[in-house]
Amino acid sequence: MDVMPKWADVVLIPLISLILAAILSALVIIGIGEDPVAAVKLMVQGALGSTYGWGYTLYYATNFMFTGLAVSVAFHARLFNIGGEGQAMLGGLGVAIACLYVPWPHWSLALIAATLAAALFGAAWAAIPAWLQARRGSHIVITTIMFNFIAAAVLNYVLVNLMRPQGSQDPASARFPDAVHLPTLHEMLAPVGIEFSKAAPANISLLVAIGACIFVWLLIWRTRLGYEIRAYGHSETGALYAGISAVRITMVAMLVSGGLAGMMAINNVMGEAERLVMNATEGAGFIGIAVALMGRSHPFGVFLAAILFGFLYQGGAELALWTTIPRELIVVIQALVILFTGALDNMVRMPLERLFLAMGRRQGAAQPAPLPAPTHPPSVERKDGREEP
Amino acid sequence: MDFLTLIQVLDSTIRLATPLLLACLAGLYSERAGIFDIGLEGKMLAAAFFSAAVAAVTGSVWLGLLAGIAASLVLAGLHGLASITFRGNQLISGVAINFLAAGMTVLIAQDWFSQGGRTPSLMGGARFEPITLPFAEALSGVPILGPIYSELLSGHSILVYLAFAAVPLTWWVLFRTRFGLRLRAVGENPAAVDTAGVSVVGLRYAAVAICGVLCGIAGAYLATALQAGFVKDMTAGRGFIALAALIFAKWRPWHAMYACLLFGFLQAVALRYQNIDLGGIVIPVQVMDALPYILTVVILAGFVGKAIPPRAGGEPYVKER
Repeated sequence: MDVMPKWADVVLIPLISLILAAILSALVIIGIGEDPVAAVKLMVQGALGSTYGWGYTLYYATNFMFTGLAVSVAFHARLFNIGGEGQAMLGGLGVAIACLYVPWPHWSLALIAATLAAALFGAAWAAIPAWLQARRGSHIVITTIMFNFIAAAVLNYVLVNLMRPQGSQDPASARFPDAVHLPTLHEMLAPVGIEFSKAAPANISLLVAIGACIFVWLLIWRTRLGYEIRAYGHSETGALYAGISAVRITMVAMLVSGGLAGMMAINNVMGEAERLVMNATEGAGFIGIAVALMGRSHPFGVFLAAILFGFLYQGGAELALWTTIPRELIVVIQALVILFTGALDNMVRMPLERLFLAMGRRQGAAQPAPLPAPTHPPSVERKDGREEP
Repeated sequence: MDFLTLIQVLDSTIRLATPLLLACLAGLYSERAGIFDIGLEGKMLAAAFFSAAVAAVTGSVWLGLLAGIAASLVLAGLHGLASITFRGNQLISGVAINFLAAGMTVLIAQDWFSQGGRTPSLMGGARFEPITLPFAEALSGVPILGPIYSELLSGHSILVYLAFAAVPLTWWVLFRTRFGLRLRAVGENPAAVDTAGVSVVGLRYAAVAICGVLCGIAGAYLATALQAGFVKDMTAGRGFIALAALIFAKWRPWHAMYACLLFGFLQAVALRYQNIDLGGIVIPVQVMDALPYILTVVILAGFVGKAIPPRAGGEPYVKER
């Protein structure tokens, strides 16, 4: 019997976790001698108070949607893909190759090719850890961490030795040609009469990211493959008994996950920088973990959580600009969100479950006692590999 | 490469292997007790900052060391709370701790010292000074053995000797004491330990605490001995290299030392040479950077002897009712 109604699991627990993280963040701000209310005002003003702020918020959110979805898809198969960072780096390499070495007549064709290249490179980078997990039982968390570092070394080598233009000191590729310039929100909204900031980097990849959210929803909840992924995530032995191949699900889930992480590159490499630079991902792969945990691995949750983190990122940048609070405050908030929604989930869940149990008993006492419900495991999404007590 | 260059590279190998070794042994205790710890990096970073900060303020490196250990213990306690008491996901807890340390150290450093997330440079008593072993001066003239003794073995800070002394100590504790037997048992089969009437929770907290102390020393070494002060993100992935070394060593203390020396050697070579020319084939420096990780993946893949982690690793223990 489910102890808690579904809404409590989906809305209440993340909300309480978020509030706890917010309270602690406020204490941190007070601790370094700043005013948390003023800081929040400044963040809201800076991130949401102008189309410029919105442009940056949505730009960051686009990155986080891709990486958050990547982590979510793996979570559904109870795999923890911590390698989104490396996969996104390699995705950037794919985008750079697609943009630099093919003369595209129009940006739309380039976008399709770059998206495919990014997904392919990201998926390829996830394929080796996935295969090692599926076939050799190597722990995917460790191998994907290792692959993040290897990706950084590969990118470093490629940028310094292969892609750097002649005579340039900067370890970065050449600028992409003008033909592959993606329309920014300013260019997209101007024809319909909406004035959007010219300087903000949000671009058409936002729509691709939203498309990816819908794609993941369809994949996980409306296809046989998605059903198999969820079944495998719920119970490996159960899935095996139903004839679902563990190797196949592990491979497919990780390939989709890596592909999504790689696709982030169309936003940051093709849409914003328009060349491949070192450390283009700026930790977005890791923020995907926080986004997926907060969004409860559901595409719509990921969408909302990505916008929240986009707001935090842009707001944090504004804070660093106008106050003495460094940008690292956002890293602390991110850590607290991961801590409360992920690791300390039971700290919030256990008292709530007790509360709902007590409430259920009181109701049961008022009415005639119902027949004992057949026991079956709680239908809570076990997305984080946690054993149910 | 002549003999003196070799001595210099090996000397720097020992210095660079020390933080890896301390963190690796820290992970060894934790993972042998069934608590996965990818938060080694964060604990080292927190310890590096607090040791440097307290040493800079008080002028005493020993107070700094204590502060570093305390900071690392706080994070270890958090990891224990999340993964033992609340039976949360140990990997996610580790990720959170890494970020928490990365953010908080810079935030506090900026608040205390206003130097862009770093501490003032440490001088004099605020640093661990090199120790000259007895007769090092006198023996330096002896061919071959002289330089090995006076250059390679002598002249490190006390924490280096401590780290290498911790290897046989760890072996003895884990394999020759009752506590060690129980610690290993709790990582393999906690239910059996529980049946024997020994507290699983207590043992695991003890392991996590030892891990915290060792990570604290590792971080303090980074900031007060290897370098003179804290800079942002100064651990630079060493926690993960230590994790890699731990897997490479298949969770055994002596092998952990060899793995850390190997990875330290790779770092020393990458630091000294940019690209290595091996008779026509040039090995780029990036290969040296990536080699520890590649080697770990190969070991994990089981092509060169299989690395099997403690069986109950990563799983919270739930007492039967």
